Amino acid sequence: MKQEMVDRIKNDPDFLHLVKTRSKFAWTLTIVMLVIYFGFVLTIAFDPSILGAPLSAGSVTTVGIPVGVGVIISAFVLTGIYVRRANVEFDELTAKIKSKAKGE
Amino acid sequence: MKALLLALFSVAAFAGEALTGAVEKQPLNMSAIIMFLIFVGATLGITYWAAKRTKTAKDFYTAGGGITGFQNGMAIAGDYMSAASFLGISALVYGKGYDGLIYSIGFLVGWPIILFMVAEQLRNLGKYTFADVASYRLQQTPIRTLAAFGSIVTVILYLIAQMVGAGKLIQLLFGLDYEIAVILVGVLMILYVTFGGMLATTWVQIIKAFLLLSGATFMAIAVMAHYNFNFESLFATAVQMKDVSIMAPGKLVSDPISAISLGIALMFGTAGLPHILMRFFTVSDAKEARKSVFYATGFIGYFYILTFIIGFGAIVMVFQNPQYLDLAKQAVDGGYPILGGDNMAAIHLSHAVGGDFFLGFISAVAFATILAVVSGLTLAGASAISHDLYASVIKKGKTDGLMEMKVSKVATVILGIVAIYLGIAFEEQNIAFMVGLAFAIAASANFPILFLSMYWSKLTTRGALIGGSIGLLTAAVLVVLGPTVWVDFLKHADPIFPYKYPALFSVTAAFVSIWFFSITDRSENSRKEKEGYEAQFIRSQTGIGAEGAVEH
Repeated sequence: MKQEMVDRIKNDPDFLHLVKTRSKFAWTLTIVMLVIYFGFVLTIAFDPSILGAPLSAGSVTTVGIPVGVGVIISAFVLTGIYVRRANVEFDELTAKIKSKAKGE
Repeated sequence: MKALLLALFSVAAFAGEALTGAVEKQPLNMSAIIMFLIFVGATLGITYWAAKRTKTAKDFYTAGGGITGFQNGMAIAGDYMSAASFLGISALVYGKGYDGLIYSIGFLVGWPIILFMVAEQLRNLGKYTFADVASYRLQQTPIRTLAAFGSIVTVILYLIAQMVGAGKLIQLLFGLDYEIAVILVGVLMILYVTFGGMLATTWVQIIKAFLLLSGATFMAIAVMAHYNFNFESLFATAVQMKDVSIMAPGKLVSDPISAISLGIALMFGTAGLPHILMRFFTVSDAKEARKSVFYATGFIGYFYILTFIIGFGAIVMVFQNPQYLDLAKQAVDGGYPILGGDNMAAIHLSHAVGGDFFLGFISAVAFATILAVVSGLTLAGASAISHDLYASVIKKGKTDGLMEMKVSKVATVILGIVAIYLGIAFEEQNIAFMVGLAFAIAASANFPILFLSMYWSKLTTRGALIGGSIGLLTAAVLVVLGPTVWVDFLKHADPIFPYKYPALFSVTAAFVSIWFFSITDRSENSRKEKEGYEAQFIRSQTGIGAEGAVEH
């Protein structure tokens, strides 16, 4: 990439907007995933009895089962949320930045 | 080639002897053998088809870059749902109950992080290996050497786990000697990769993922059907067979340090596995890369829910079932040991729910799983040798694609032989924990360099080289001094390093030392490297320039 192109793109408001919104979005989702997962394992480390408690009085199924499956599902849902927004909003912005970079 | 022929010859020479001796011990399962032969025939057919289409280095490393997001998602799942996951995690659930679920969750949660942080950027910046990205604006020779070394170590550790699984499985199914089974896997894998490259590897992985998900779904449904799809009654029966502790977290993560350390190893380790990262170069652009992860996360998450049900299914249908009991072992050790060890729990369950025919199917699928994973691993290891070490470090980029491909094929054969040797040497290790070691090193060496090269403008060659090496060494040394190697493998009484998972320490050591040795780097080179960040960042965010790099 030529330096003038670098300078042009880095000052392109669309590029700045893309970088800002995407990185904010990606970091938010990353933190959500980290909080869910480390919340889960640290609960196990500090007080395993929370997850070992029966789901309802007298049941063998413990709280840990739906919580564990929930962590799995949350991982999939988070990727879905990212892909949905990126496929529309971020790809449109990228296409705009690209055509400007090539066209001008 | 000589070595390959020699290996082929020894398989042929030993197979006859082993089969006659073993048939008496183990009844020949014809449906298993036929299904296995169909799979091998079909995959060799694919390899032949792929070989004709694999003409350039780009074809060999990335299948020409034309794999779709959905196909790649399937292939990633096929790459990731290893024999260690299928047999090892269902064995862990079978043995320890809930702990198996905790372990499998750790393997999944790295995927969203890969999507949010590295997938698209990798596609936009790289060509064939993750070292392309790590060394993008840094000095080629030191960074590629380190990245290649990190790749090869990870690949070999992971390969051992697969080979051990393969040996045990085929031993149980065909009554073949462990060694012969391992050699057979090694030879088939060498054939797929040397002749069919990434294209054959990808399709072997897609087919395998489909078969494994179908087989595991059937098993889970069969188990649940016994209990009218009522989880409470499944769990209640399991608790009667074992005890109530299987429903709650056990000793897998007993203290906060271990919990965080295991989590870091699995999360960042996934994002540092060379065979996984390499898959992102097989798709055409960032959009397809992103879709790959979405599909892969779905398939893998679904698969882990299935392995949990399968593990509990094995407790209720295999544990204490005289049909699967290892009487010889019980006479010595007591308890209820099953034939072939805990890692065979899922395989026995397939027999319990579907008879000989379904046992045959699942055994063939598990074998296919091993073949698919070892092929992907070997291709990644061979690429590190040919693309990073040979083409970039030794030849300084002055080589053509054909020569690079030849080196890659020779490297594949060598790696195959190393894998066979180590597979035999590590016969008695628990295969799920073996993979854990690979993750620790991937998380401590590969991931920090890759991540900081993408996101931190002040990274320099010196920082990446020293910090990455410190991460790798810390992980390796702590694993050796820790309980898994020092006590379980080397048979010392007490570990020198108390924790099983070193990632918390080694990943921190890597990040801190990369930071420190980068900011204190005042060389002329480091100034240029920092200046190069802007252009790299624009390309990683938008993909501008990436198309060009892919074409040549």
